[in-house]
Amino acid sequence: MSEQATEVLAIVGLEIHVELATETKMFCRCRNRFGDPPNTNVCPVCIGMPGVLPVMNSKAVEYSLKVGQALNCELPSYSKWDRKSYYYPDLPKNYQISQYDLPLCKDGYLDVPLPDGSSKRIRVLRAHLEEDAGKNIHDNPAHTGVDLNRAGVPLLEIVSQPDMNTPQEALSFAREMQRLVRWLGVSEANMQMGHMRFEPNINLHITRGGTVYKTPIVEVKNLNSFKALEGAVTHELKRQYAQWLEDPEGFSLDRKGKQNRGWDDQRNITVFQREKEEAHDYRYFPEPDLPAVVVDDAWRESIRASIGELPLARRERFIKQHQLGSKEAEAMIQDADTGNLLDDATAMGAPPRRVVNLMLGRMSAAANEKGCALGQLGVSAAQLSQLAIMLEEGKLNATAGDKIIDHMIANGGSPLEIAGKLNLLAESNTAAVEQWVDQAIAANPDPAQQVRSGDKKAKQAFGFLVGQVMRISGGKAPPSAVKELLESKLSAK
Amino acid sequence: MNNLLKLSALELKNAISRGDTTATEALEAYLHEISVQDGALRAYNEVLVDEARDQARRIDDMRKIGESPGLLAGIPIAIKNNLCTTWGRTTCSSKMLANFRAPYTATAVARIRQAGAVVLGKTNMDEFAMGSSTENSAHGASVNPWDLSRVPGGSSGGSASAVAGSLCSAALGSDTGGSIRQPAALCGIVGLKPTYGRVSRYGLVAYGSSLDQIGPMTRDVADCAAVMNVIAGHDPADATSLDRPVPDYLANLDEPIKGLRIGLPREFLSDALDPEIHRAIENAVEVYRSLGAEVKEVSLPHSRIDSGAGGELSSFAVACYYIVATAEASSNLARYDGVHYGHRTERDAADIIDLYSRSRAEGFGDEVKRRIMLGTYVLSSGYYDAYYLKALKVRRLIKNDFDEAFETCDILLCPTTPSPAFKMNEKTADPLEMYLADIYTISVNLAGVPAISIPVGLSSRNLPIGMQLIGGVFREDVVLRAARMFEKASGICRLTPPPLGRDAE
Repeated sequence: MSEQATEVLAIVGLEIHVELATETKMFCRCRNRFGDPPNTNVCPVCIGMPGVLPVMNSKAVEYSLKVGQALNCELPSYSKWDRKSYYYPDLPKNYQISQYDLPLCKDGYLDVPLPDGSSKRIRVLRAHLEEDAGKNIHDNPAHTGVDLNRAGVPLLEIVSQPDMNTPQEALSFAREMQRLVRWLGVSEANMQMGHMRFEPNINLHITRGGTVYKTPIVEVKNLNSFKALEGAVTHELKRQYAQWLEDPEGFSLDRKGKQNRGWDDQRNITVFQREKEEAHDYRYFPEPDLPAVVVDDAWRESIRASIGELPLARRERFIKQHQLGSKEAEAMIQDADTGNLLDDATAMGAPPRRVVNLMLGRMSAAANEKGCALGQLGVSAAQLSQLAIMLEEGKLNATAGDKIIDHMIANGGSPLEIAGKLNLLAESNTAAVEQWVDQAIAANPDPAQQVRSGDKKAKQAFGFLVGQVMRISGGKAPPSAVKELLESKLSAK
Repeated sequence: MNNLLKLSALELKNAISRGDTTATEALEAYLHEISVQDGALRAYNEVLVDEARDQARRIDDMRKIGESPGLLAGIPIAIKNNLCTTWGRTTCSSKMLANFRAPYTATAVARIRQAGAVVLGKTNMDEFAMGSSTENSAHGASVNPWDLSRVPGGSSGGSASAVAGSLCSAALGSDTGGSIRQPAALCGIVGLKPTYGRVSRYGLVAYGSSLDQIGPMTRDVADCAAVMNVIAGHDPADATSLDRPVPDYLANLDEPIKGLRIGLPREFLSDALDPEIHRAIENAVEVYRSLGAEVKEVSLPHSRIDSGAGGELSSFAVACYYIVATAEASSNLARYDGVHYGHRTERDAADIIDLYSRSRAEGFGDEVKRRIMLGTYVLSSGYYDAYYLKALKVRRLIKNDFDEAFETCDILLCPTTPSPAFKMNEKTADPLEMYLADIYTISVNLAGVPAISIPVGLSSRNLPIGMQLIGGVFREDVVLRAARMFEKASGICRLTPPPLGRDAE
């Protein structure tokens, strides 16, 4: 029996919830802050007491519009709030203020860089603003606690079109979204703090013998790490294919509809939650307590102007303007601060190549050690630019440069001061350098002879001698002067 | 009866500021009257004696040191029990909120306190403001001072009964479909529902959020204007309150409006109307004509009242209202689940859904349950377009009718209610008939415009008849001046019910 040719196409769409980093909550003046003791950032409004009313935080709307603009969305001039009803202990009013048919942002796209260097355009259906719910806490077998610190925190829900076809694409889209909201300064997008949560919709389009089979769509709820996202999508694709193989006719979207599944991160599998037919009827209707949101041209224009240069545009510019390699350029757009540091340092006259080498060399290593971004090391553009210029002028060698970076990160201070204090400045006194060169030649007669004779080991021996001079000088000998002196003293007579 | 109780709110305020009496003396007179009469009227759910005495003393102290204690200084005011106060309980006359103590005070209440008013207590109401007779109260029904066998109307029936029965100098009510105007009419007092957005709703326990407004219930038009001067205005805590300047409603109150253009909505003066009310309204129209007003018929086609084959009445406005208001109510009242807020069942619950169900079944009365079910139904998937969305369209058409009418009229004049006060239990068996008690008031809320009810006479049974004057958006000033014109010209003002039991002996 010959197996018919089978083609499998994964169809993945993504809902991304992003908590916005406003000072206060969406509809009251409570602090929007993670990690405080339970129920300390609450007031009658966010705990939904009888008789209170919501008042919109326009900063949250502004942040949402920024994201919409960066996602190339249409920002409609009229948008409204709706109530979404469901009973749950972490939802104080038993309805959530959200947006149903008229979201703040719609019909955009994001170009997502992929690991192979290509990029893919993922369309964005909409992005709407809502209030987050609280959190049920199951740390006591006798009862469930409810922490309402998160209740009312502004939450932006971004919904993509089902344009992703691999777990990697879904992952790349999610990562790019994280970078974008951080870049715009609208969210810390910290996964551990629940600032970002993912809900992928996944199914397969399987073509065999001219027939296209569509597997039931699965929505995996509430994923709170990239690993879980990638794992859930990967597992679903395998699971759905295996299940389809068992029953190609019965396991279909038409017959089975949609279902919700959860992610079990112990076993690395998705687990059944409920069929969508059992889904809540949310009974959306317009929120009567809040006026519509009107976005006029002036507001839209100020949003557009506030966006600035976005990551991919900056990457292209760095490649052209500073002749960076694509890996280097990518590293420079990890976040906005990193690229800003490069821009600011070069604007102060530092040679870009030196700055990039410093940033991606010792600074990058230090950032890794500290587990922070390059831009958060505390090295200012002024420090970086002075250091790069000193290196360029030969006042320091590379080793000294690294030492200065470490010192700046630990203690601050200007490179010049540090170089002085640590005695790292290159020796400009020729007599002193000559003395070190003479010492090195005297101490290493064999290599010196090899250089003089110009035999096949001459080049290696020359390098060795340069190293010896540097060692004797304690790193203070300027390499160019050392080389010149060695050459003249050991040239074949 | 103590003579202080016969004064209007403004007269009392003036007597206090002249030093003829004190806030404390006035308060004690009212507290005494309440202790004697409220057993019969049952207007109050809770009398807040200590806070009231503290406030009265504060006002008297301020006067002693020459400070100005405010526009309502020393006036004892009763407030409906759906207005939150940090003192006393805010029960909405429901078992559900029997022990609710709010940590905040409604803006309107805070404003009258700031203006020196003395809050006497919380008045009885139909549970969660749902009803037209105050019979839907977990505390028991209030009584109409004009006839103790009759209802005071509702849902602000306790406030109306208290004002008419001299158990307070003035009161605050709330009006979602007629809940200030209808009881005002049935009890022979003045009641104003302001423009939607004129008075802050902050601290008013929500029923139908897009319709609810707080307003004054007073003995005469001037008192009504005085209270409006204090409670009207923008409140940053209510995003639906509008930031528009508040005129001084008392300033030109006594100046008649020259060439007042009055529209008579044809739809509200049909044959179905009680003949005595029809006659009272015609007399009122004659009074205005004699004052030089220009009277003409107008049409509010989408507020019309149809008679079915069996004589049963129906109205787009009433239907529209019972979709919009109940939809909002079903959502507003969702929080009373025994977990977040409200009564919690003491019986063992199988799971959290069971806990919600039992708590709600025990905590809410029948009418509230009926409206929650109606509202849930009209918002449900598959029914939304046919009911809720259609109701929104009808609402728009109703509003357009009013807008059109106000292009050629300053006010619209019509009855407030289809009949005078009805008997206790007369309509409780038939909710639909009860709903028709608001047939003339409901479209005003749907349109968001202001309207006042003032007394225009008494029926043959000696029951008050109310007239409704409706104004354009933010034209409370016109409504109040027009009402004052009638009051002055007709002399029908401050109707006093026959003495209650004690004095009648």
